[in-house]
Amino acid sequence: MSDPSLLALNLAEARDGLCRKRLSARELAAAYNEAVAEVGPLNAFITPTPERAVAMADAADERIARGEALPLDGIPIAVKDLFCTKDILTTAGSHILDGFHPPYESTVTDKLWQAGAVMLGKTNLDEFAMGSSSATSWYGPVENPWRRPGDNRPLVPGGSSGGSAAAVAAHAALAAIGTDTGGSIRQPASFCGIVGLKPTYGRCSRWGVVAFASSLDHPGPMGRTVRDVAIMLGAMAGHDVRDSTSAPVPVPDFERALSGDIRGLRVGIPKEYRVDGMPGEIEALWGQGVEWLRAAGAEPVQISLPMTKYALATYYIIAPAEASSNLARYDGVRFGLRVEGDGLEAMYELTRAAGFGAEVRRRVLVGTYVLSAGYYDAYYLKAQRVRTMIARDFAEAFERVDCILTPTAPSPAFAIGDKSDNPIAMYLNDVFTVPANLAGVPAISVPAGLSGDGLPLGLQITGRAFDEETLLRVAEVLESAASFRHLPGFVAGGGG
Amino acid sequence: MALDKPTVMHIATLARIRLLDAELEPLANELSHILSWVEQLNEVDTTGVAPMASAASASLPMRDDAVTDGGCRDAILGNAPRAARGFFTVPKVVE
Repeated sequence: MSDPSLLALNLAEARDGLCRKRLSARELAAAYNEAVAEVGPLNAFITPTPERAVAMADAADERIARGEALPLDGIPIAVKDLFCTKDILTTAGSHILDGFHPPYESTVTDKLWQAGAVMLGKTNLDEFAMGSSSATSWYGPVENPWRRPGDNRPLVPGGSSGGSAAAVAAHAALAAIGTDTGGSIRQPASFCGIVGLKPTYGRCSRWGVVAFASSLDHPGPMGRTVRDVAIMLGAMAGHDVRDSTSAPVPVPDFERALSGDIRGLRVGIPKEYRVDGMPGEIEALWGQGVEWLRAAGAEPVQISLPMTKYALATYYIIAPAEASSNLARYDGVRFGLRVEGDGLEAMYELTRAAGFGAEVRRRVLVGTYVLSAGYYDAYYLKAQRVRTMIARDFAEAFERVDCILTPTAPSPAFAIGDKSDNPIAMYLNDVFTVPANLAGVPAISVPAGLSGDGLPLGLQITGRAFDEETLLRVAEVLESAASFRHLPGFVAGGGG
Repeated sequence: MALDKPTVMHIATLARIRLLDAELEPLANELSHILSWVEQLNEVDTTGVAPMASAASASLPMRDDAVTDGGCRDAILGNAPRAARGFFTVPKVVE
C-alpha cells in the first residue's frame, strides 16, 4: 500500500516539504506511482507514465539540491488525455486516435514541466471531452472514488475531465489539469469533492489541446484546495503566440491574491438558478454559502441573469457546430485509425463510422446539420445572437457585483449507466456551468457539503474576465467556511 | 424540426460518416428530439443583436510573415496509417 502520510499532503504542503528538503521528489513520485497503480480499478488513467515520473522527479531533486528549485518542482500531477504530450500516447478517449504519439507538446503541459511538475500519466475522459459522465470513453467508464454509504453501485465522476477529478479525489495525483467546454472541469470537481477552475477564455493557451469547440474550450487546473489550483494556474497561464485567441495580458501572482479578506465585496445571487427539479438540499447549501460569505463581510446582492434558461440550447448548437468542423480532420490519412474501403470517400466514411462513438457521432451530425445550407441562419446564427445576450447579462451583472455565487451542478454524482439513453437528460447536468463558457468568464467549483446520501456537492463562483484573483480570494473564504474534510470511500493509501 | 431518414442520410454523407440502414430510424428520432429542444431559442427576440463568435477580442494579432516552424516531415509522417517516400498515401483518386 502507498504511504498514506505522504499522499495526504496537499500541493502547497508538499511544495514546502520539498523546498525544506523534508521529503524528496523521488520518494513523492514513487508514492504516487504506487497510488496510481492502487486506484487502477477506477479506470482513471489511460496511460500511466511511472518511468517518466521518476526521471522528472530526479531532475527536480537535483535542482532543489543546487538551490535552484522551480515553482512546482517535484509536484506529481495527472494530465487529461486531451493534451498532446510529446511521444506519449494521446487518445482523447477515442478509437479514432489509435496509436497517436504527438510529435509536439501542448503549451500548457510544456509550461508545467518547465515549472518542475512531474507527470504521473494521462487521464481518462469522455470521448473528445463530449459528455458529463466520463462514460463515453473508448477506454471504458471512469468510476468515482465516492459511493453512497451502504450502496455498492459505482457512480460517475462527472465529465468530461472525470479521470483527472477521480485521480485527485482518490489521492492518486496532487493536482491535475482538465479542460472545460461546458462544465467539464467544474462538474466533475463537484461530483468528486475537489476544487476545479475554468479560467477566463484566453488565460491558458489551447495550443496542443485536442480541439472540441474552439470558442468554448478552456484548459484549467483541478486540485484539493483553492490554494493548490491558484498555484497550478500561475504555472499554466500566459500569452502564447501559437494560439491567436490567447490573451496578451500579464499573469498575476494568484497565490498572493488569497488574502482571506472579502469585506465589502458584492456577491450576486441570480434568481434564475432556482431551476425546476433541483433537490432542496442543493438550494439549502447555496443559501448556506450566501450566509458564509455574508459572515465574512461580503454583501449578497439579488441579481438577474434573464437569458440563463437559453444557455443550454445555445451551447448545444454552437458546440456541435464547432465540433463538426474540428473533427473533420479525422479522416484516416494523417494519424490514428484507418479503415480501408472501396476508394477514398469510402475510406473516410468507414474510418469515421468505426472511429467515433455514439455521442461524438450524434454531435457531429447535429453540428453538420445546423451549419448546412438553409439551416445556418435559423440555428447557428440564431444561437450566436443569443450568445451575445448571455454575455451581456454577465457584463451588466458585473457592473453591480464583484462575483456571482450559484450551485455548480443540479445534482450529486449519479450511477454509471443512468441518463445514458437520454442525451438531453445528460445535457441538463451542465445547466449552471455552460453560461460561463459562452461568456468566457472565469468560474470555480469549491466542495461545500455532502448530499443527504453522503456525496459531495460543490458551489460555483463566477467572476469578471481576467479577475481570477477576486474569484480565488472568495473561493478560499468559502472553502474555509465550508471546511469540507470528507474523503471518498476509496483513497490510495487508505486516506492517512 | 423532425428529420426524416433521407435527411439523416444526407447529413451523414456531408459529415463523411457511413451509417447502416438500421441506424437511420433511431438516429432520425434522436436528432429530431435534440433539434426540437434547441428550437426553444425561437422564443428569444434577437432583432438587432450581433452574433458572437468568440469571447476573445475581435481583432486578431499580426506577426511578421516569417517561417517559424517546420522541417519535421518524418516526425509528422510518423503517425500516418500509410506513408511512402515522404508522402501520406490514400486510395487511388484519379483513374
